[in-house]
Amino acid sequence: MLIINLLGFVLIGLIIWWFWLYKPDTTAVNKGTVPITVENGVYSPAQVRVQAGEPIILSFVRKDGSPCSAIVQFDDLGLSEELPLNKAREIKFDSLTPGKYPFSCQMQMYRGELIVEGPSDE
Amino acid sequence: MSSNSPSIEKTLLIDGAGCASCVGKIEGALLEVTGVQKASMNFAQRTVLVTGDVVDHDLIRAVESVGYQASFVDENDQDLLDEKEKSEAVYYSRLMREMTIALSLGVPLMIYGLFIGEMTVSTNMERIAWAIVGLLTLGIMYFSGRHFYIGAWKSFQNHSANMDTLIALGTGTAWIYSMVVVFAPDAVPLMARHVYFEATAMIIGLIDLGLALEIKARGRTSEAIKRLIGLQPKNARVIRDGEEIDIPIEDVALDDQLRIRPGEKIPVDGIVIEGSTSVDESMLTGEPMPVEKAAEDEVVAGTINKSGTVIFKATRVGKDTALAQIIEMVKRAQNSKPSIGRLADVISGYFVPVVMIIAILSALAWLNFGPAPAVAFAIVSATTVLIIACPCALGLATPMSVMVGVGKAAEAGVLIRNGEALQTASQISAMILDKTGTITEGSPQVTEIQLTGDHKEEDILRLAASLESGSEHPLALSIVESAKAQGFTLSKVTNFNAIAGHGVEGEVDGSTLLFGNEKLMEERSISINHHIADAQRMASEAQTPMYLAINGQLAAIIAVSDPIKKDSVEAVKRLQANGIRVVMLTGDNRATAKAVAEKVGITEFVAEVLPEDKSNKVEELQAQGEIVGMTGDGINDAPALAQANVGFAIGTGTDVAIESADITLMRGSLHGLADAIAISKATLRNIKQNLFGAFIYNVAGIPFAAGVLYPFFGLLLSPVIAGAAMAFSSLTVVSNANRLRLFKASEH
Repeated sequence: MLIINLLGFVLIGLIIWWFWLYKPDTTAVNKGTVPITVENGVYSPAQVRVQAGEPIILSFVRKDGSPCSAIVQFDDLGLSEELPLNKAREIKFDSLTPGKYPFSCQMQMYRGELIVEGPSDE
Repeated sequence: MSSNSPSIEKTLLIDGAGCASCVGKIEGALLEVTGVQKASMNFAQRTVLVTGDVVDHDLIRAVESVGYQASFVDENDQDLLDEKEKSEAVYYSRLMREMTIALSLGVPLMIYGLFIGEMTVSTNMERIAWAIVGLLTLGIMYFSGRHFYIGAWKSFQNHSANMDTLIALGTGTAWIYSMVVVFAPDAVPLMARHVYFEATAMIIGLIDLGLALEIKARGRTSEAIKRLIGLQPKNARVIRDGEEIDIPIEDVALDDQLRIRPGEKIPVDGIVIEGSTSVDESMLTGEPMPVEKAAEDEVVAGTINKSGTVIFKATRVGKDTALAQIIEMVKRAQNSKPSIGRLADVISGYFVPVVMIIAILSALAWLNFGPAPAVAFAIVSATTVLIIACPCALGLATPMSVMVGVGKAAEAGVLIRNGEALQTASQISAMILDKTGTITEGSPQVTEIQLTGDHKEEDILRLAASLESGSEHPLALSIVESAKAQGFTLSKVTNFNAIAGHGVEGEVDGSTLLFGNEKLMEERSISINHHIADAQRMASEAQTPMYLAINGQLAAIIAVSDPIKKDSVEAVKRLQANGIRVVMLTGDNRATAKAVAEKVGITEFVAEVLPEDKSNKVEELQAQGEIVGMTGDGINDAPALAQANVGFAIGTGTDVAIESADITLMRGSLHGLADAIAISKATLRNIKQNLFGAFIYNVAGIPFAAGVLYPFFGLLLSPVIAGAAMAFSSLTVVSNANRLRLFKASEH
């Protein structure tokens, strides 16, 4: 019984680590147009990293028929866009101030993040 | 899903392709772009249909690299809508098919378990039979529930979790445990050798059913926008080279002349150049009375020509028409979220992993403290917790209501910029109304001329109008208009001088004229003593009196009045009945302002306000703790509209100042204001019901599923019931939002 309890708590620890504490290691900085596929409950890539001041275009292609994925919203930017099925819908950002701009579907099940990095420190 | 997903089709419009040989070059360049599967050019139409999985800009660059220009064909709203409906229909029938297959195994199994036999494994025969059922269930999981497992795995890889995760874990746990019972019964105590294949099949079937019904219900939430899109006719009759031809609406160019016959929809915005008719604009403005149109009048796309035939010139086409802009704005607003939904979003973000942890804790509690067979109880409670939790209802609560509320408002001629404006409008405690053009028609007319000397009335009006023809003041304009309407020819004015805030002076036909208010007369020592009472009477009747002196002698008092809109009184009453403090603001004199305020039933007013001080008044009320709505015509009120918590621009007809305000009222009536507030209140109430319902459902449902009632009542929820509850909880949210469609802004 002790082992089972221990296993349970290890599992809980793993859940906390995997979903909340884990920080993905994405170093690639994107430029120009970044295609994002919307399928099977995820945006891929779910993280887009750009340099501040660089204009960026996110080109969303929804391949998932579920209406849940039909709208992508950038809450912090007050922006939302309807994504037609199997068609690219481009969203342009001219110059964003450094910071994290999460985007998601209306139900917060699909989640992604646009990370704008400040000018690199000398 | 990905394996058989169709490729993306895009249509490029090519500019500069003059010869047929360009076709090969352009197609070749496009085919070289990574991801392009097919590129076929229609030379006659100068379009290329590109098939493949590609980025727009790469295509344009490819075409440019061979020396041509390319752009994307504007997507037409109707086509987009049709496509969306088609893809939803496909998705719906797929879900229904999957649901049928899952339930055709789940229902008989459940009936067996409930009424016929035990779902336990004790003999070898039973083991074989259940093994077959287990494999059949695996088939169901593949055919009907594959999308849950793929979604769960993909988001797991992404370090995120969603509804798919919960369903996959719940059904997976039930199935794996059952298979362990079948293939390794010795691993579990005798009493716990129960199989739960029916739960897996039923849950998958019920959730597919819930999703399918949700799609149907969601379709209804967008009825308002569908109706707006449907207002646009497909064809237009254009007069070119003296001939009338029917062409698709996309091909109508600026300055084209179009003919409209009775009963037809007006295809683009324009100005009437010939004929007269009455037009039903109710679909855009909410105003039920048809509007008369003659030469020089504007007509608006989407409205219906009732009686006559007119020819008009196109002034705005395509994406520039008022209708297209309204559609765009409503769409954006429908997809935006008011801040009331933020908390739910934050919760949704943590929801799934928390539920997974609760499921584990619940299982551990049963294993440690539960009665025999503890393993079976642990499995059932964990599965039920995973299945009953529904982050979707929480996430859907706000957007669905906003969708319906914004659409409902659009039907009443009220354009709401975004969800935040909708939310704030529901909280307004004070409403500032600009007098001219908001409470009144905004078109002052000469209503009375009182002679005080020996001049004739015609002379007075002609002289005053001649003098005022040099002025730009709205009151001056009304006098000039009145004189012109009576057919007078105006004389030339010399030595004209405008005295700011007082009036004007000048010479007409050899006479020296002075025209203005009481202060002006006093300053120039013109005796008005015997006539002040008359002027006061006029002011008390909501007219603005002005004195005209000819050669140093008072000759007449001319009263100008801006008629109060016929339903302003009713609308103000509606606002006040809602507990809103109504304040009138005007640049007009105090006496006239008081009279107008009294007529419409407003007790609080500020007169003689300079335009630039209007926003200070808004600030003053805000400092008193009011949530302030400001209503103006949107032209010279812009700073005050911006300062207010919610700025309302009041349009006249369809001449909308869409850019300037949080909420635009398409018709001139103040009822639009009361409607806007009523709809926003109803929508916010609906959102709160949804959020509350979704919240309570999860807060009560999860402990219930974990078995908190068991120690007291011996009750433990079945995973199948949990599946049904979960599937219908989000459906309930969408259906509740749909109830808003039936909302009627109160009688007017």
